[in-house]
Amino acid sequence: MRPRPLSPHLQIYKPIPSMMMSILHRLTGVGLYFGMAIVALFLLALAGGEGGHDLFSELFGSIIGIVVLFLFSWVLFHHMLGGVRHLVWDFGHLLSREESRSTSMALPAVSLVMTVICWLIAWLLV
Amino acid sequence: MTIQNDMRTPLKKVRGLGAARDGTEHFWHQRLTAALNIPLTFILFGVVAATFGLGFEETRALFANPIIGLLLAAAIINIAWHMKLGMQMVIEDYVHSDGMKALLLLANNAYCAAVALIALYALIKLALLG
Repeated sequence: MRPRPLSPHLQIYKPIPSMMMSILHRLTGVGLYFGMAIVALFLLALAGGEGGHDLFSELFGSIIGIVVLFLFSWVLFHHMLGGVRHLVWDFGHLLSREESRSTSMALPAVSLVMTVICWLIAWLLV
Repeated sequence: MTIQNDMRTPLKKVRGLGAARDGTEHFWHQRLTAALNIPLTFILFGVVAATFGLGFEETRALFANPIIGLLLAAAIINIAWHMKLGMQMVIEDYVHSDGMKALLLLANNAYCAAVALIALYALIKLALLG
């Protein structure tokens, strides 16, 4: 059987903030999913002995490593705040078009600020 | 009138036999692990940040601390379950061929189990070596 004709899909819609944040929530989730392998390998390397520890401190002590860690934590906090939005929606709040739009627009900025604050606190304490 | 030789109600007989074979557990566990992940993630972030600039022995001592070790183990279990549920939803949404879907769902379970087992093994080893 020939494949059936498909109706137009995502490409016919104008990108709007709530749609972009919905897509980004999935993408950040998938990113974190694979990123957790690094966390598990870090713990395994540390349990393996001094060599494993030195390898990871060299990797994540370099400029590129710190940038990767920073971006990973931004993705983490973005997904966390996106998830908080979902939890708030589950209780029936912030569901109007305007609220959905404004919280969507705020999400990247708020998550970035949160990431920077967390790193500053970590940097001040360590 | 026919004799009913089954004490179960019609509802009881069909319960759990829908297309998904279960009810709202997926949704509920997704939300539950999501909420628990908020404090647990901050702890994970804090512990990783605290290892910056530490030598091997100090880092190992940090992870050997029972409170930190247990909190991290809780975080790993919760995160792995949340990962499994989330990726399952993504696969079910985007993969439409039955064979590939079944394969990817199994791979998803295997990956999440592997992440959890590797991390827990490492945490136990770090705790016991002190």
